[in-house]
Amino acid sequence: MEQLLIHTEAPVLSILIFLPLLAVIPLLCGVNDRFARTWTLIITSIVALYSLQLLFGFDTTTTAFQFCEKHPWITALKANYVIGLDGISILLVLLTTLIMPFCVLASWTYINKRVPAFMVCLLVMESAMIGVFVALDFLLFYVFWEAMLIPMYLIIGIWGGPRKIYASIKFFLYTLAGSVLLLVAIIWLFVQNKYSFYIPDMMWQGYSFTAQILVFLAFFLAFAIKVPMFPFHTWLPAAHVEAPTAGSVILASVLLKMGTYGFLRFALPITPEATLYLAPAILWLSVAGIIYGGFTALAQSDMKKLIAYSSVGHMGFVTLGIFILNRQGIEGSILQMINHGVTTGALFLCVGMIYERTHSRELRSATGIGKYMPFYVTFLTFFSLSSFAFPGTNSFVGEFMILAGTFSFDVVHGKFPYLALAAIPGAVLAAAYMLRMLQKIIWGGTDNPDQSWLKDINKREIITLAPFLLFVFWIGLAPQHFLDLMDASVANLLSQFAAYGGHGATAVGQLLP
Amino acid sequence: MLFLPELTVMAAGLVFFGLSLIASKPEVVRNISYAFYAILSLICLGTLYLHSTGDLFSGVFRVDMFSQLCKLAIALSALVVVVICGSHEGIRRLFFPEYQLFQAVAVLGLMMLVSSVDLLAIFVALELSSFAVYIMVPLRFDQDWKISIHIEAGIKYLLFGIIATGFMLFGMSYIYGLTGSTHIADIAKHLPTLLHEPVLVIAALMVMAGFFYKLAFFPFHFWVPDVYEGASNETTAFITAAPKIAAVALLIRLAMLFHIGGDTIAVILSICAVLSMFYGNLSALVQKDMKRMLAFSGIAHAGFVMLGVLTFQTMGYATAAYYIFGYILMLLACFLVICCIAKSGGNVAISDFTGLYQRAPLLAITLLIALFSLAGIPPFIGFTGKFMLLVSAFKEGHHILVTLAAINTAIGIYYYLSVVRLTFCTADESQEQVSITKPSFFMRVIALVLLFAIVYFGVLPHHFLDLMQEALKVATL
Repeated sequence: MEQLLIHTEAPVLSILIFLPLLAVIPLLCGVNDRFARTWTLIITSIVALYSLQLLFGFDTTTTAFQFCEKHPWITALKANYVIGLDGISILLVLLTTLIMPFCVLASWTYINKRVPAFMVCLLVMESAMIGVFVALDFLLFYVFWEAMLIPMYLIIGIWGGPRKIYASIKFFLYTLAGSVLLLVAIIWLFVQNKYSFYIPDMMWQGYSFTAQILVFLAFFLAFAIKVPMFPFHTWLPAAHVEAPTAGSVILASVLLKMGTYGFLRFALPITPEATLYLAPAILWLSVAGIIYGGFTALAQSDMKKLIAYSSVGHMGFVTLGIFILNRQGIEGSILQMINHGVTTGALFLCVGMIYERTHSRELRSATGIGKYMPFYVTFLTFFSLSSFAFPGTNSFVGEFMILAGTFSFDVVHGKFPYLALAAIPGAVLAAAYMLRMLQKIIWGGTDNPDQSWLKDINKREIITLAPFLLFVFWIGLAPQHFLDLMDASVANLLSQFAAYGGHGATAVGQLLP
Repeated sequence: MLFLPELTVMAAGLVFFGLSLIASKPEVVRNISYAFYAILSLICLGTLYLHSTGDLFSGVFRVDMFSQLCKLAIALSALVVVVICGSHEGIRRLFFPEYQLFQAVAVLGLMMLVSSVDLLAIFVALELSSFAVYIMVPLRFDQDWKISIHIEAGIKYLLFGIIATGFMLFGMSYIYGLTGSTHIADIAKHLPTLLHEPVLVIAALMVMAGFFYKLAFFPFHFWVPDVYEGASNETTAFITAAPKIAAVALLIRLAMLFHIGGDTIAVILSICAVLSMFYGNLSALVQKDMKRMLAFSGIAHAGFVMLGVLTFQTMGYATAAYYIFGYILMLLACFLVICCIAKSGGNVAISDFTGLYQRAPLLAITLLIALFSLAGIPPFIGFTGKFMLLVSAFKEGHHILVTLAAINTAIGIYYYLSVVRLTFCTADESQEQVSITKPSFFMRVIALVLLFAIVYFGVLPHHFLDLMQEALKVATL
């Protein structure tokens, strides 16, 4: 408990969580579409601007949780409403709040039926997503984690594409089935920790090895499905393809990060021994995901599917970075989570813009539009370059750090760097599928359909895309601003990990081939 | 004064009896029943508020906070049932006063049941409520319907009910033979000497069997799907709500009594609970009729409730009571939608919900939240209840049971979700649109109240739990 840093000023995090939820009320009173759009844009912008306060008030030197609030909630279970922020979660919270106004902008004309209901879903989503990242009580976390499924299910199920029913059910069932055992693990931890759900108290407790393995497996199932890691990824392409643009953006930018955030926040500190023991398997699964995602993306003719599979590959890099358990790896992973949120989110926005014009996501029907939509393809090119980690863009920094971490991890243990070498083809594949897509969209071939009727993107769309471009280069050229935020927390995590295991990352090396 | 709620019901029963003798208009009867159940709820609330406690009829009838809470829940659920099924298209107009009469008698029996602390009184009260419902089930009227189905339902309900009662009486005879008393307090005094008698376990389980039947718990669940399907919507809504409250209340009372034989009983109950959950959830997967689906889901939920009872702890009992309270809120919300959609009191197939969102958004949202809550998704009451039951069972060391229950949650999601899926389908995907009666003002209010309760008690459960724990502490004295 002494870890808590109580912030005496305004309850910033609670305002961030509950403002969108309260803003739902006017939308339920039968307002017209125009009002619903404007209102949601205003609210999400206020939340985004307000969240910047976190950045200014954040103390980068401490490892404690900041902006904490604590209130009793369910006294019978000693569950409290405890929320707080540290270096691992701050960027994810900011990513969530900053991306939401653009989701509203992207849905401005895309969503044209039942607009107020859609906006209600977006706002509820925002509340739940922020809640997931700041909850420090496991029950509270689980409530946000599951509650998020309902608006997302509706976003896909009502406003989705032709196979929306299949996709939404698959999404829901997969995620929910994954997290039921998480619930059992939570109850076990609750009973073990003298009936407390307080997450920091559960960490570094030295549970028995068998128990750690079981708890870890429960965590793994829940988080790996959310990431999604290689064998559990099949819900992702379906959900991405059928979701409306805003849904895809939220899904790619924020929802997937919850899985990797879960690994960092729960799996590493609560079950360190099991993490060490099972890390090799997870590392190789990550590599499998990177390669598999790359090859599958190469074969797609549907743009959204292509980006969805590329997500599987990118998230493989993130889990790779987490489980090599050194500083470069973990910092690279957190940065890569943000990068993926920015880049893939922007790519989905780009695809959505084409879809609004041609009503097709097929690569074939979007060939050769470079001539008619010059602004559009400029944006698209930068985001694609960023997606395959071109130097100077954000993903380069993240992937470089992860791969450097992987190399040093192998080299430190005097081994041939199998793992890093196995992951590198993923980066090449990313270039291949992204350039293939770019080539087709910009130039195409002799059999291009007539695209002369297409209008280039308007001001609203430029405003939607421009901030993403800003972040692509900001993170790409000056990543230190972002790394500073997470430094202390990551260092603390790793030092506690090393202290706990006595040998930290070394042990993983011994377990690898 | 202590007996005032029961006296009110009796008076209402007499009024309905009088109305049945003269040819009275159903609308008049309906309005009287609204007023009556509203007054009854207020009276129950009043007795609860005044903390009236005491024993009546030489100690067989106890009025305490626990019993009054249950009575309030029964009265409120009966009120909601008469309002949501206001049109009563499922009942022949001619029989309408009689139907209300039997419903009042059933409510009377259930109210007496939750106050009974003597085996004989329990038996009499249970039979009073059961016989009224036996008659309510076949009182269905539907022109297009096959004539036999409600008769079949009635016969099944009667036969299984009588068998369950037979079990219960047999168990009571054992207990009387062992202890020489029918009063629960006296039995409790004798029980410690019988600690190692296997016959005690058998007797305890047999007595509980009568309530397993009411709750639709595993070995006594066979009647549920057919009766739910065959009875009219209003009758089904009634028998899913009020008797289950009473059954859980009595199971809690009995569990408090028999916790001495705890371990063996707990093992048997946990096996039955697991079977109940799996049977209910797996069978519900393939149902096409909404009421049948809810029937099977009810069997699964009965398994969940038992998780709380078999902990033999006050917290577990309170959670079981909380869960059944939440279950009834969700189920009444479902029945509200069913009653609005049903064509002249007929049954509702799951496919009839297609495109409901476009035609009646409020009903669709009501159904959505009720089903998600039944499935156990936070932040609704179904999740909180389920979670607390799992925690209480886990604390007592039932680890495997908890894991299996958690897996059942995942199975359950599928069929609830498939209803939600149809509700939000676009209309052109459906071949035929079922016309719906526009929900009246009262219906809308009730829908909103139910939704509010599902969310409010889900997010802030401690109000209910604290009250229940306090009530249970008094009840053990």
